Amino acid sequence: MQLPDAETLLDALIAQMRPQVRPDTALVGIRTGGVWLAERVHAALELAGPIGAIDVSFYRDDFGARGLPAKPQRTDITFDVEGAHVVIVDDVLYTGRTVRAALNELFDFGRPACVDLAVLLDRGGRELPIGARYCAHTLAEPLPASQILELGRDDDGTLSLRLIDA
Amino acid sequence: MRNPQLDKNGSLRHLLTLDGLPRETLTAILDTAAPFTEVAEREIKKLPVLRGKSVFNLFFENSTRTRTTFEIAAKRLSADVVNLNVSTSSTAKGESLLDTVDNLCAMQADMFVVRHAASGAPFLIAQHLIANGRNDIHVVNAGDGRHAHPTQGLLDMYTIRHFKGDFSNLVVALVGDVLHSRVARSQIAALTTLGVPEIRVIGPKTLLPTGLERPGLRVFHDMTEGLHNVDVVMMLRLQNERMNGALLPTPQEFYKNWGLTAEKLSAAKSDAIVMHPGPMNRGVEIDSAIADGAQAVILNQVTFGIAVRMAVMSMLAA
Repeated sequence: MQLPDAETLLDALIAQMRPQVRPDTALVGIRTGGVWLAERVHAALELAGPIGAIDVSFYRDDFGARGLPAKPQRTDITFDVEGAHVVIVDDVLYTGRTVRAALNELFDFGRPACVDLAVLLDRGGRELPIGARYCAHTLAEPLPASQILELGRDDDGTLSLRLIDA
Repeated sequence: MRNPQLDKNGSLRHLLTLDGLPRETLTAILDTAAPFTEVAEREIKKLPVLRGKSVFNLFFENSTRTRTTFEIAAKRLSADVVNLNVSTSSTAKGESLLDTVDNLCAMQADMFVVRHAASGAPFLIAQHLIANGRNDIHVVNAGDGRHAHPTQGLLDMYTIRHFKGDFSNLVVALVGDVLHSRVARSQIAALTTLGVPEIRVIGPKTLLPTGLERPGLRVFHDMTEGLHNVDVVMMLRLQNERMNGALLPTPQEFYKNWGLTAEKLSAAKSDAIVMHPGPMNRGVEIDSAIADGAQAVILNQVTFGIAVRMAVMSMLAA
């Protein structure tokens, strides 16, 4: 399958978000790909609002079965979530379970005024009632569960999508 | 025989001792603890990792700090925590250790945090669970006799790594009553596994085990000499309650020779950190001014202890 170009998708995502976001909108990227995207979006839209990063490892509903990642990372949300307008940013929207975990974690920091979701790509296969307000591309056919779609970043910062057979 | 602490995939099933655990496992625990330090700064200091699980603190021997930090760690992971002060309950009525364990298993325990005056008691419990096919129940040793205190050893390693970056160029000194100290045994095991090139053990002959010296581990009986140019000073508590017979002259005399004072500490590197597992005997093994001084990281150890215990419990439950 020919994967779309991540940089082109990112431009489309930024264009979708530009008329909608507020200057004080806070972006929260889901580690790791979502954080790269959040940084790029934050710079492109020249947002004055804060930026954060979330590692959902400890909030996943399959924690018992899947266990811990080799090196869980810090969640860095240093701004006041209470009353904030937040956009959660992730690379690929799939089952929706990661987004659910991120929402749960976010709410442990306070009660945001509203939360939206921005993703580069929707691969189908949803298991929860979750949709993205901003989405640059939706695959025509859902990918089989045996395949992992993830975002990579080169040394020069260029983003690209890769398909891995699990 | 396989290490009973690890399953066939090398994942941690029980934490009984740091002896024999590979460096990757120790590093994984320290790496996992790092993000947990951030939880203390949140509005809601809770993660859902152990939601619905029951952690039983089985303390056959008194402890305030260790039991409290285990309790806080388990509660921050959303576990239900039951504290059993066993020294005053069924054991006093004659129930055996394993009968107590079986009863608690019947109450759907998921994890036991065990402190016992007898070396090997947590091993006995873990073996009993393995023999009964209860691979879903985990044991954490919170200190057994003179044998081991693995979470203390790990939190000390976390503290050293936090302040010194890594272990590969350090000179680390342990001072005092090594003979009775399970903390010292766990520290030496962890420092060795993590690759500290020079460990020094400093203390009076009567309080050091024999046959300690080996490549990478030097024994000193003079404190100023032993502390020369060290990066880390780990003080140990004088364990009066474990001593029988005349191992020591008087606390005053111990302080004169082995108590950490500004004068003795000046032999160490100027940026050396001072650690103590607590509870401290001020004026016996450490001068108050040093314990409260700029080089002391003793209260950091306590805070890091929560994150490290959260890491251990979440890895066991995973």
